[in-house]
Amino acid sequence: MKMVFEKRKNVSIGAQFLVPIISFLISLLLSGIMLAVFGSNPFTTFAAMFKGAFGSMNGFSETLVKAIPLMLTGLGVALAFKLKFWNIGAEGQLTMGGVATAWVALFWGNGIQGPLLLVVALLAGCVSGALWAGIPAFLKTRLKVDETLVTLMLNYVAILFSEYLYYGPWRDPKGYGFPGSAPFPENAWLPRIAGRAHAGLFFAIALALILWIVLRRTRWGFEISIIGASPKAARYQGISVERTIMLTMLVSGALSGLAGACEVTGISHRLQQGLSLGYGNTAIIIAWMSQLNPLAVPFVSLIMAGIMVGGDQVQLMMGLPSAVGTVIQGLILFPMLAGSLFTEYRVRWIKADRKPVCVEGGA
Amino acid sequence: MKENSSQPLVTMKGICKSFPGVVANDCVDLELYGGEVLALLGENGAGKSTLMNILCGLYRPDSGEIEIRGQRVHIASPNDAQKLGIGMVHQNFKLVDSMTVLENIILGMKDQGFIPDMKKIRKKVLELSETYSLKVDADASIWQLSVGEQQRVEILKLLYRKAEILILDEPTAVLTPQESEELSKIIHRMRSEGKSAIFITHKMEEVMTFSDQVMVLRKGKVVAELPTAATSPKELARLMVGREVLFEIEKKPFSPGPAILELEKVCAQDDRGLAALKNINLNVRAGEIVGIAGVAGNGQRELAEVITGLRKVTSGSVKIGGKDLTNAKPLQVIKAGVAHVPQDRSQVGAVGDMSVASNLVMKEYRKKPLSTGALLFPSRISAFAKRLIEAFRISTPSTETRVKFLSGGNVQKTILAREITACRNLLIAVYPSRGLDVGATEAVRRQLVSQRDQGLGVLFVSEDIDELEQLADTIAVMFEGSIMAVLPGGSADVETLGLLMAGVQPSNSCDRSNS
Repeated sequence: MKMVFEKRKNVSIGAQFLVPIISFLISLLLSGIMLAVFGSNPFTTFAAMFKGAFGSMNGFSETLVKAIPLMLTGLGVALAFKLKFWNIGAEGQLTMGGVATAWVALFWGNGIQGPLLLVVALLAGCVSGALWAGIPAFLKTRLKVDETLVTLMLNYVAILFSEYLYYGPWRDPKGYGFPGSAPFPENAWLPRIAGRAHAGLFFAIALALILWIVLRRTRWGFEISIIGASPKAARYQGISVERTIMLTMLVSGALSGLAGACEVTGISHRLQQGLSLGYGNTAIIIAWMSQLNPLAVPFVSLIMAGIMVGGDQVQLMMGLPSAVGTVIQGLILFPMLAGSLFTEYRVRWIKADRKPVCVEGGA
Repeated sequence: MKENSSQPLVTMKGICKSFPGVVANDCVDLELYGGEVLALLGENGAGKSTLMNILCGLYRPDSGEIEIRGQRVHIASPNDAQKLGIGMVHQNFKLVDSMTVLENIILGMKDQGFIPDMKKIRKKVLELSETYSLKVDADASIWQLSVGEQQRVEILKLLYRKAEILILDEPTAVLTPQESEELSKIIHRMRSEGKSAIFITHKMEEVMTFSDQVMVLRKGKVVAELPTAATSPKELARLMVGREVLFEIEKKPFSPGPAILELEKVCAQDDRGLAALKNINLNVRAGEIVGIAGVAGNGQRELAEVITGLRKVTSGSVKIGGKDLTNAKPLQVIKAGVAHVPQDRSQVGAVGDMSVASNLVMKEYRKKPLSTGALLFPSRISAFAKRLIEAFRISTPSTETRVKFLSGGNVQKTILAREITACRNLLIAVYPSRGLDVGATEAVRRQLVSQRDQGLGVLFVSEDIDELEQLADTIAVMFEGSIMAVLPGGSADVETLGLLMAGVQPSNSCDRSNS
């Protein structure tokens, strides 16, 4: 018997749903094996993780806290990936968003009164993230510079720049040497809805819906699909490829920038260390797991956030390293990537050929 | 010509091969005798190439047997095929551009030793090229050679490997008429040396001039096997398509209107920055089909791109409908009512990963009723697509099927349907019928003529002289980026056109061809 892969004529709806679910189950199995090797019972560990992340109001609100930036960056990355623009710089865009928001919140408070300060601060975060994503887009469309490297490297620039600010000029003089800016005035705080979970959740869900409609039902979304599939064809159809890439990347960056803006105004109320816990990188996994579908992003983000929070919980409760959560995240990605093969192809077993290379008689 | 009719050289018995969703070969039997030239005729997707790929070891049949000189064999790889004396010249040549002819000939041969004896090899290659009159410069690099010469290198390569059975996949598709004639001489020469050949084609004329025997395939099955002498192009066409084919297309009398396209002294460069268009002056009038004749790669693609805004002119002007659109953006040209059926269908003309419906609306989506402002209307899009699928007889399982799953002919019909619907002034069609079977070709040609009859201008690039003669009101011959001559459609004879396509001004070389 020999195994061959056949391209599917039509990607079946069933496979589109089943494959991610089965992939997820396989990753649980792999994680279970890993946990067993560590000497802990996988079932009780998973149960503890689940309980930690979703079992209590407190835990669930912490899961939401992590899910919000994941949703926003996940949407940003998914949008860029639709264009086959490999934006792996969501982390940097998030950070720059946080920086610009902090700038407005810290220094514009005298000029802008009331909740308007929050609005301006959030918008500044979006603009800043957009501009940060605009740099690789500009370099790509004008000079054909590879976007993967530029977005990746700009992450470090952004993170170091924010460190410079809160260790240097923006450091809180009353902060007892703690690395971070002064706290924002309260009119720049994002309202909270439950525990530490804040109103950023509504932005994320609304934007997921809007983006879904934009991609399916607008000319811009149609143009993005064509460019993603074949830039040459898009140009031939009269689509301005460069302009669409620029515009899309600005939106992609703005989404990640908003994630950073919500973090500083909703959680820390200041610019400080640990603005991002790798959200921008996890966003890449989320975009893939959602198969670039904006509607799937919030759900996948919730699962990933649950694993992060659950990982922290098992560290506290069972004495396992908190890296367990990170390892499980990684273990999710592999079956997922492998699984995408099965949505496009189906496996068929065929009879092996009689004999391999054999020339009877011959010339 | 059957010298040894007692035993066939090649026997294929009951060959079946299927791919997902298609039966490419359905119990095909084939016999080839020594010193015989067999034509394998059939439409696209009839299973010709599959059958030959099985014989040369690229595919393995699902069932069936192959015998060579009466011995049963399993051909598991091209290497096995080579050992049996079978060699194939593929449609896309498998040569290394930067290496010389000699190097390409021995490339991949395992018995050449660590340092090949180039003197001996050269001697043998020269002998072979002498015997078969395959003229080629053994030390030239491949990129310096014309397509015809490259083909000769491919044939030499097979002969050097002692191939007795040569398989040629649509060998004349890329040749000028003169080069095709050369090839026919070479094949006759090989036959007289006792070699056999199978060639794949969907052109009737070639069958008549090249072959002794013809086998017609339709939908994976053999529908006829006849001696060439006992048949006619008309009969073959009928066998191939399964119905009568009308070779004549009715046209309204030629009465051109005002100029729609005016090119003046247009110069442009190709992708490598070399001059691709040199001082092109050309007009297309309303109700006129201007045919651009020429061997592929003489600036035709660049010409179409310059008009459609996909390539910048370095000097000169492009006017469409009286409006200056020199170096305009593609969208401006589209808005001026220009439609373009591009040379590259899979990468440019159509988007394989998107649905038939999406591909059909890629021009009209900007307009009402398919969109208002930024918003698209999926239900109207799908209704629009259904209408086009019906009108242009595109055979597709549904509007949502991805285009990459359609056959070549249906991909082209999809592109044509979209472009013709969007066309309000000028239709530019670059090799629109290339690689299409008789039925699809006929449909494409009819569409071009109907555009003309409706008073639009048509600029039509082709390498097929018969097609040009049949459709074009005016023929312009391109060679190395220049227009060699502009002739009225009916008056030009094949020989004159052929010479012009090869860059020779017939008036200088021979007077008699001016009729």
